[in-house]
Amino acid sequence: MGVLRNVSDLNYETPTDIESAVALLTDNDRAKVLAGGTDLLVQLREEMIEPSLIVDIKRIAETRIVKMGADEIRIGAAVTGAELDENDALKAAWPGVVEGVELIGSWQVQGRATIGGNLCNGSPAADGVPALIAGAAKIVIVGPNGTREVPAEDFNTGPGQNVLAKGEFVVSIVLPVRPPKSSDAYLRFIPRTEMDIAVVGAGVSLTLNEDGTCAAARMSLGAVAPKAVLVESATDILVGKKLTDDVLAALAEAASASCDPIDDKRGTIKFRIKVAAVLARRAATIAWQRAEKS
Amino acid sequence: MAKHFVSATINGDDVEFRCETEQTLLDVLRSELHMTGTKNGCGTGDCGACTVIMNGRSVNSCLVLGAELDGAEIETVEGMATGTELHPIQQKFLDHAALQCGICTPGFMTQAKALLARNPDPTETEVRFGLAGNLCRCTGYDKIIRAVLDAAAEMRASK
Repeated sequence: MGVLRNVSDLNYETPTDIESAVALLTDNDRAKVLAGGTDLLVQLREEMIEPSLIVDIKRIAETRIVKMGADEIRIGAAVTGAELDENDALKAAWPGVVEGVELIGSWQVQGRATIGGNLCNGSPAADGVPALIAGAAKIVIVGPNGTREVPAEDFNTGPGQNVLAKGEFVVSIVLPVRPPKSSDAYLRFIPRTEMDIAVVGAGVSLTLNEDGTCAAARMSLGAVAPKAVLVESATDILVGKKLTDDVLAALAEAASASCDPIDDKRGTIKFRIKVAAVLARRAATIAWQRAEKS
Repeated sequence: MAKHFVSATINGDDVEFRCETEQTLLDVLRSELHMTGTKNGCGTGDCGACTVIMNGRSVNSCLVLGAELDGAEIETVEGMATGTELHPIQQKFLDHAALQCGICTPGFMTQAKALLARNPDPTETEVRFGLAGNLCRCTGYDKIIRAVLDAAAEMRASK
């Protein structure tokens, strides 16, 4: 009872350095990376995947640390939601990124689920992703040809799909260190108050000038397209402006215009397009208020 | 013979076991170690019946591989009572009749223990959010929330 599968040809390795992990992933055609396992073990159990090797990356030091540098913040791919929530410095710098990851699942899931896993799992509704895209995060990928960085908005290519080639895995996620008066926010809509999948998610990151106008801004929406999208027009709408009703209305309109959603049990196309506008406005307002105080 | 040889600590005891890669922590507890206090509900991390504490954090044991446990410290419901003396959370579940069929109860109590370890004085809302990953089809939750709040008060008073 309860055994995931009845075959016993499944191997498990715990490499302690990047090179060993890459070698394992390169040499095996049916290898899967394990971080928190909250998606992988479900997929194994439901026989959506049939790997012959599981490569647990949690014993590789680089995947497990958050490094607050002078120019960048480097978050290990296998850092859990609970650990991000307890990192006050990261929460102060990027509250929206942390609140996105924190929304994934229950306490029990938070104890295991990782920021890199949420990204690699590739759900269009992944709560951890829009704030990374809005934050201009870079995804650090290691593989047989060394290290490369991919902008967060380019990492996923569709539902469950990403740019990782054979032998590659995500080792960390890099966020910039922003000037004073910067902040971010992530909001999602779900039909209940906890433990659900986003019908729409919205992440906004921005920096304000001394005169209260917007110096830099990026917005991303989740669950309204095959992957989380960067709403490029949002930058022009916000930069140089103050937070007025007209600006927010234009932002809301841009959000709706960038939606290409599906109808499903959680929400219709029409509903998602409307909610995207509402969340864009609210997330921008929260990010703005946080930036004023930061 | 199973592939993996694993050494871990469970409820303070050093434990060694063998398991296959496919076996979850839940499988290991129930089938290899015959510790059946931890329950198997959904197997997909939705119901919380299999909640245990791993290295100080509550987890769904159905979403952890047994092979991942080498060097880990696990706390299960079997480790809550001290001899014949129930843990305050267990006693309050009885006092408040916070269970009916009982399948979800070990998971609820383990999660409550993890919650109170991090937040000894939670509000009702915090308890409800903290237990959102545990499902109960019998009680309607209210008695469970009362039991946890009452246990929290008693645990604070006895410190």
